[in-house]
Amino acid sequence: MDFNALFGDLGGHTLDGLTKGSVYALVALGYTMVYGVLRLINFAHSEVFMVGTWTVLGVYTVLGADDTSGMGMVIFATLAALVAAVVASASVALAVERIAYKPLRKKNAPPLIFLITAIGCSLVLVEIFGHVLRFFFGPPFGRAPVNVPSPIQTVVLLDVGGVRITNVQVFIVVGAILMMVALDQFVNKSRLGRGVRAVAQDADTAALMGVNQDRVIMLVFVLGGAMAGVAALLYTIAFDLTKFDIGFIIGIKAFTAAVLGGIGNLRGALVGGLLLGIVEVYASTVFNSSWADVTAFIVLVLVLMFKPTGLLGESLGKARA
Amino acid sequence: MSDRGGDYSYTTEGPEVAGDRKSGFMGLPALGIADRFAALPLWAKVPIVLALVSFAFYLPFLTILPFAYVRTDLSSGGSDWGGVLFVVVIYMIVAIGLNVVIGLAGLLDLGYIGFYALGAYSVAIFGSPSSPVTKLIAEKFGLSEGWAVPFALCIPIALAIALISGVMLGAPTLRLRGDYLAIVTMGFGEIIRILSRNVDAVTNGPAGIIGVPRPPEPSENYFSSIESAHWYWLALAVLILLMFMTRRLEDSRVGRGWLAIREDEDAAAVMGVNAFKFKLWAFAIGAALGAIAGLLFASKQAYVEPTGFALNLSFLFVAMVVIGGSGNMVGVMLGAFLITYLPERFREFQDWRPFAFGVAMVLVMVLRPQGLVPSRRRAKEFEDRKHEAEEAAADV
Repeated sequence: MDFNALFGDLGGHTLDGLTKGSVYALVALGYTMVYGVLRLINFAHSEVFMVGTWTVLGVYTVLGADDTSGMGMVIFATLAALVAAVVASASVALAVERIAYKPLRKKNAPPLIFLITAIGCSLVLVEIFGHVLRFFFGPPFGRAPVNVPSPIQTVVLLDVGGVRITNVQVFIVVGAILMMVALDQFVNKSRLGRGVRAVAQDADTAALMGVNQDRVIMLVFVLGGAMAGVAALLYTIAFDLTKFDIGFIIGIKAFTAAVLGGIGNLRGALVGGLLLGIVEVYASTVFNSSWADVTAFIVLVLVLMFKPTGLLGESLGKARA
Repeated sequence: MSDRGGDYSYTTEGPEVAGDRKSGFMGLPALGIADRFAALPLWAKVPIVLALVSFAFYLPFLTILPFAYVRTDLSSGGSDWGGVLFVVVIYMIVAIGLNVVIGLAGLLDLGYIGFYALGAYSVAIFGSPSSPVTKLIAEKFGLSEGWAVPFALCIPIALAIALISGVMLGAPTLRLRGDYLAIVTMGFGEIIRILSRNVDAVTNGPAGIIGVPRPPEPSENYFSSIESAHWYWLALAVLILLMFMTRRLEDSRVGRGWLAIREDEDAAAVMGVNAFKFKLWAFAIGAALGAIAGLLFASKQAYVEPTGFALNLSFLFVAMVVIGGSGNMVGVMLGAFLITYLPERFREFQDWRPFAFGVAMVLVMVLRPQGLVPSRRRAKEFEDRKHEAEEAAADV
């Protein structure tokens, strides 16, 4: 227990927590949207994020971008990585829906079966990067962590009373919040978003009103996947690495964040993500970094026990989305 | 569809049910082995069971040629055949235990590895003279150097720890929805592993504990770790005992309670089944079975360390149960056998194992959600749900 370490640099730790939490929040959106519409934990969503990080690495490698690149290259490489990661993650999410969930929906299988195919998909995706691709192409694929050199160099922007705010932290937190606002507006204002809310509220009635349920489900997976792609880019910028099983722990934490904020609730995902990020950084400072992962689980258990509907309540269907 | 008429009632007795199952896996004709066996008179059943059991005990020495190809040590670098059989049986015990939780009570437990680890660690912590806990006790009470709890006493300790932790985990979480429960149990499994890695004062941290005690031996070094056939026999004896016990449990009041909860919790509650109580029972019993398997495994290894209890193994356990056919003891044992034995027999593909599991899990669940050898009742449930879905689609 080292409270001095925590309070000695409270601002810095909070900022670290916000950075981590932004990534959790973006990944949590995928869980929350799918849960809101299908009442299903998309266990394979964490792997969607993992694929995103590898895509970012691929784009950097192809473009030859690293921390010595010029300003133009940095912007171009980051944008290209963003687009590629979003497309890759969204396609994987859609593929998982098509292969693992749709046939079961047609059979009206019990929810547990969905969870098991999701675990299966998640294993397959992990192993594709951990073994299959290595078998064909060799490194960097495989079970070792891989460095993803972000072309964005870390620069201290501001120094507020000893708390140093870097451009990377600002980029990540602002980027995450922007994406969430955009998604929130999309679900609340657009025609397609109205369809999503309608299906989340009452699937049968929505079908009677002419909402194409299958299309809404596809849209939800694509949107969730795209957010995971953005999260993947932000994650690699902040932590500079990826690994075949990176998705597992992030997935658990993002899911915890979604439950914490109220699963099915988009704004809840943001609140839950940021809160969890902060709690986790505080806990690993006070105790020990080897306990950081336990924190998320303990928070999850406590939330589920005492407030299973989360802080903001479960409601993709309600207008607040 | 027409040959089934409108009969969705879950009749499990009587010959007409046998005729009802016209096609088995992938449209092949069903063999109806279970029905035929059940129809046999007792004088025919006993010798069949005895023959199967003696064959199982004979397996380590199987050398008659066409059958000997099942052995895993034919090529150089193959794994020790007796050792593979031992692990297969240990995982069969795990599968039977997890089947109580998943197959009978219908609770998805993704943290079953936690109970397995608890069993392994409790025999190591209390039974090994080199564990921090026994050292501490010996020091406190002035006991002789190398004092440890005897093996026979470690078994009730392991069972008690597993039961208590099963209840402690279950009591707050069993009221949750099924998918939440899955995530929380997964958290439990991971917490147990992280604890075993981090709490050095009890578990000796990442270094692990050596000198895990062996069971009482009939002769010197009977249970030394190279005598894997002896270990296999021990595990097999335990497995048969546990099979008998869980079978009795399935047919008991508790077992019927589980089935009722799994099929429709609300209806069960209306009929006076206390769902929470029975779920807790399932959790505790499953935990105890997992602990027994872990205890045997740790005892044969003579060594425990945290990396042996990664969460992947937990998914593997779930895969055994659901691929084999949850709810059916024979099915889950087949699942455990396939998942443990095949990778050992075809060791050259070992790196592909997790990938193959993933593919198999998705394929089996999509094509045959009830598992390879489901219980008849379970198969009917799935059939029924599918009909409901088709009718609903027709209505729209």
